[in-house]
Amino acid sequence: MVTILRARGDRSIRSFIDYERGTISRELYVHPDIFEQEMEQIFQRCWLFLGHESQIPNPGDFIVSRMGTEEVIVVRDRKDKQIRAFLNSCRHRGMKVCRYDQGNNLVFTCPFHAWTYDTAGKLVGVGYGNHPEAYGDTRPGDQWGLAQVAQFKNFHGSLWATWDPKAPSFEDYLGPFTASLRHCLQSSDGEDGGLEMFTPFQRHRLPTNWKVPGFTSVTDGTHAAMTHRSAAAAGLHEDRGQGKAKPGTPFPREMYAIGDHNLGHGGQCTFYNQPGVPDYTDEWFEPGVDDYFRETAGRKAQLYANRVLAPHGWGGGHFAIFPCVMVDSWRIRWYHPHETGMVERWTLCGVDKNAPKHVKNAVRHYVQRYNGPTGFFESDDMENWNYVYPASRGVRARKLDYFFANGLGHGKYDDRLPGVVVNGAYTEEAQRARFSRWLAFMEAKSWDDLYPVNTSKNHRIW
Amino acid sequence: MLELTTVDTASLQRVILQHDVEQFLYKEARLLDERRLEEWLELLAEELHYWMPMRRNIKFGDWDLEFTSHETEINWFDEGKDVLAGRIRQINTGVHWPEEPVSRFEHIISNVELVGVEGDEISVNSKFFCYQNRLQDEVNQWVGRREDLLRRDPATKFKLVKRKIILAQNVMLPKVVNTFF
Ligand code: FES
Ligand SMILES: [Fe+2]
Repeated sequence: MVTILRARGDRSIRSFIDYERGTISRELYVHPDIFEQEMEQIFQRCWLFLGHESQIPNPGDFIVSRMGTEEVIVVRDRKDKQIRAFLNSCRHRGMKVCRYDQGNNLVFTCPFHAWTYDTAGKLVGVGYGNHPEAYGDTRPGDQWGLAQVAQFKNFHGSLWATWDPKAPSFEDYLGPFTASLRHCLQSSDGEDGGLEMFTPFQRHRLPTNWKVPGFTSVTDGTHAAMTHRSAAAAGLHEDRGQGKAKPGTPFPREMYAIGDHNLGHGGQCTFYNQPGVPDYTDEWFEPGVDDYFRETAGRKAQLYANRVLAPHGWGGGHFAIFPCVMVDSWRIRWYHPHETGMVERWTLCGVDKNAPKHVKNAVRHYVQRYNGPTGFFESDDMENWNYVYPASRGVRARKLDYFFANGLGHGKYDDRLPGVVVNGAYTEEAQRARFSRWLAFMEAKSWDDLYPVNTSKNHRIW
Repeated sequence: MLELTTVDTASLQRVILQHDVEQFLYKEARLLDERRLEEWLELLAEELHYWMPMRRNIKFGDWDLEFTSHETEINWFDEGKDVLAGRIRQINTGVHWPEEPVSRFEHIISNVELVGVEGDEISVNSKFFCYQNRLQDEVNQWVGRREDLLRRDPATKFKLVKRKIILAQNVMLPKVVNTFF
């Protein structure tokens, strides 16, 4: 139950979504009680994206990342070289143990009373530890190490974690999208884990609810023409480096918007109807870049001579991993809620780790001018995502519902991605699927109610 | 009794140069604030490198890590005149939503310090405060300093050849950066 306003009584979470009409109550975006519950029910349970192993190649290397509203230290241990993630909060009195964005450490020493943790999170010393009039036999033991994530996964170089020991394995969490994520993390020649990420995280604030960009930006096919009108009018689509595509030999494929109402993932999708790889048709401004990518595409074509491409990444489109990680082959963008009306957006952009410098430079310049608060394209998104919030939260405005019915009732299951609903490319299928899963998380008492998915209990196509 | 000393030519030239450089930087700021962005573009050299690195929180002494590299890393801006011209075309479409309706920008430039002169080229440092007010109550601000390389130019007095913008921020707090510094 969420207490909305005394005058209007308590409401069940389920009452916020109207499957028949395809609408969602605006309270979902603006109510602080719902936000608090989301942090507990969703961000404490889901697999969340932390960063990439290429950001911390050496023993002792660390970055500070986030899981929802909180910071985590992601560190490669000096002894076993394994990467682990810990809450950035000292076990003594809760001071932020690490105030740096990145670095290389022997140990993490808290600036308050010098509790000191090694790179495996173990408490290895405390200030006044040997003082005769201090701790003595009350000296904290092994159970006072940094709070470690319950499960951690290095998936082809991308780093993920969950606070919930009962969460299913990362691959089970991804379900039919496992192959897509793997494909997105391949280099352009099809080598697994062949990407490295340009450092550092691009991070900026956006005054809106996290679900505005987090749930409804992938896939939002109908926004592009209007939202990004200025980029088109200014001819910036041709400034994209990758935009001036030449026509290639037609490759049999179908494009859709898809949503997994059981697991919450979804996005754009390309089903390739035969093995192989479409012709390389991009045209970069910078000399020599096309030569490189044509060559790697050729190698990938050999690799895929008898294999059908995964439906996302490398021209296939982007998709979102629940709750709010947007993935394609050249960038990962994700959202860290701060409060009901404030989110922090992070971006990491990838490039073939074996690419020559001129190729890395061309890709880097492209992603710099495309993404984020200084990017041609995303600056337009920010304005719309921002002002949704103040215009939805008035006492009158919040009594209305949002329209999520684009394509409602037209989705169909498709054998090529079992359990996933396929719909027209410009429908809101992926967005509805996220809300299906959102509801399941908000109602669930634990992962027992969430996995294996219980279609009859939690979900329905809408 | 006080005696007026003759001011030597070198000092005088330096004072005049300081004055001219200041006037150039102030004019630049005024063109931005008066929304004369295409005129601002004319003050930029064709081979301009316009760079605003990100800034990390780092351990005392790890100074090499503080600014992101424009050779290998992600920066807020790292581009030439062509990309800046594209940004200006976009702002001037009238449908670039974060700048429609247009903002009220005010750039305040100060601490102009000549660092070096080599032939036609002048290294100059300065500071900026940029205030943005838009719609009813949206306020964003950016504070920082710049390390510029100017070159003497017959038409516009100087052209901006290089600019490193050192922004006093870590996470970018405004949602969009729609002006120039
Ligand atoms: S809070 Fe960290 S040592 Fe006391
Ligand atoms: Fe967009």
